[in-house]
Amino acid sequence: MSECLTLTNVHKRFGSLRVLEDVCFTVAAGERRGIIGPNGAGKSTLFNIISGELPLTAGTVKLLGRDVSRMPAHGRARMGLSRTFQTTTLFPRLSVVENLILALQAGSSDRFQCILPRSRYRDRHDAAIELLSRVGLESRADLAVEALGYGEKRQIEILMAIAQRPKLLLLDEPTAGLPQSDASLVTEMLKRDKSGMTMVLIEHDMSVVFDVVERLTVLHYGRVIADGTLEEIRADANVQEIYLGGKL
Amino acid sequence: MIARGSWKWVALAAIGLAVVLALPRAGVPPFYVSLLTQTWIYAMVAMSLDLLVGFTGLVSFAQAAFFGAGAYAVAIAATRYAHADFATGIVIGLVAGAFIAAIFGLVALRAEGVGFIIITIALNQIMWGLAYQWVSMSGGDNGITGFVRPKVGPFDVSGNSGFYYLCVAFLILMLVLLVAITRSPFGLVLRGVRETPRRMRALGYNVWLYRYLALLIAGALAGVAGVLFAWYNQFVGPGDLDLSLSTQLLIIVILGGIGSLYGQILGAGIVVFLSNGLSALTQRWELILGAIYFVIVMYAPDGLVGLGHRIVRRIRGKRAAAPRIESQLLGVTGEES
Repeated sequence: MSECLTLTNVHKRFGSLRVLEDVCFTVAAGERRGIIGPNGAGKSTLFNIISGELPLTAGTVKLLGRDVSRMPAHGRARMGLSRTFQTTTLFPRLSVVENLILALQAGSSDRFQCILPRSRYRDRHDAAIELLSRVGLESRADLAVEALGYGEKRQIEILMAIAQRPKLLLLDEPTAGLPQSDASLVTEMLKRDKSGMTMVLIEHDMSVVFDVVERLTVLHYGRVIADGTLEEIRADANVQEIYLGGKL
Repeated sequence: MIARGSWKWVALAAIGLAVVLALPRAGVPPFYVSLLTQTWIYAMVAMSLDLLVGFTGLVSFAQAAFFGAGAYAVAIAATRYAHADFATGIVIGLVAGAFIAAIFGLVALRAEGVGFIIITIALNQIMWGLAYQWVSMSGGDNGITGFVRPKVGPFDVSGNSGFYYLCVAFLILMLVLLVAITRSPFGLVLRGVRETPRRMRALGYNVWLYRYLALLIAGALAGVAGVLFAWYNQFVGPGDLDLSLSTQLLIIVILGGIGSLYGQILGAGIVVFLSNGLSALTQRWELILGAIYFVIVMYAPDGLVGLGHRIVRRIRGKRAAAPRIESQLLGVTGEES
């Protein structure tokens, strides 16, 4: 199977603080990978480095076989990387449908078109409504995003990432702060996806992790301490001791 | 959503336009025709600033620099190089404004938020320094005189009312252009950049580039307004690009309503007429003007257009709260961590 994402000897320091040390792992195309680790293990920093929001101190990040270590975030997004954020990061004063249209038109050349009105692009509007109808939010289309509830915002967040038909989707705690019923909605949404996109998921909720992913990478104080299938990770004494508290 | 009730807007705009066109012919004294002309010019440059402040989230204190660049460029071209015709003048203004914006953008867009504001203040001050001290080119404090309003094709606009109509035409042109931009896919991108630049990057948009393009457009349009202002006064001086003008333009945008575009016409009218009217009444006019600005920003932080909308909604029995001024200016929405 071809490699979708490869990290080699990635280091990240903030001043003297070593957040990531010598991180290496590979995610195969089509794989669903979970990243777990205690708070402060460097999971979100790792995402910011993969997506290009933060520069790395040393090492290389390869996306679809290409070295993107120095490529800006928008370039990596153009290559097919899409992500969600831990705290919802939407466009609060734009309507729900406008949020999705921004995701849909990102790869199209008419994002520079500045004379003809948007009403000419009916297809894109319809595509946005179709996406909303998948999660039953089409009635919310014309509301400003700031008027939505937290769970709805999280769903829009994921819809925006999926709307781009990414090759690699990074999900940063997609169910954080959601009540159980909404969390399972999100989980179902991810499991139902049959497009074969590669997913990397940060999650604290172990039921979500074991439900969605196939392989796990465990981070602890910025280092990868284990990497393997769910069974291997469950059996790993090191992981049990540090992270799972011997409960699994 | 746009189509419903839009005939009301068309009717309102038509009535407004008819009044505007009739004014010079209806016995309005030349002094007021002249002040209205000044209003249209200030409205143009304030609208170009609104593209940055209201739609792209860039609070710039350098709009007077683009405006003044157009004014100085056309004056220098006319007095030194004998390029004094109308079309050349407009093109010179476009290019001069965009050129200065292109340079400013390279420096100022390295920062965001408050950093961007401070850099634009510094850049505007540099432009003022050039105008004030590069005497051989700019005439220094004396400015440049000795050029006249050119003929526009067969039309003579050297008179008060002729020039008034020219400015009305440009105002409409600019308003239509800016409304088209803000309603286009590109306009939506700008609003996305205003709201959450971080998310835009993650979606694959080159945030820097869109800010830069917005700055170029705003600079070019301000340059054209500057050309009209030079022709209006038949004089240019350092006051045409100083920081206090940049500040005044930002006040116009806030008074009119950030992101309202056409509201800038109201904002410009208030600033032009109040400063002229009050200064005729008392020497302490700036004190009163300051108090008036203060009251408007306190009680109508969304500007006159926003106030109007809220009054209409209140009449229809809906509650409507004014947004906070800082949330409009710096994009403080409480969403981003």
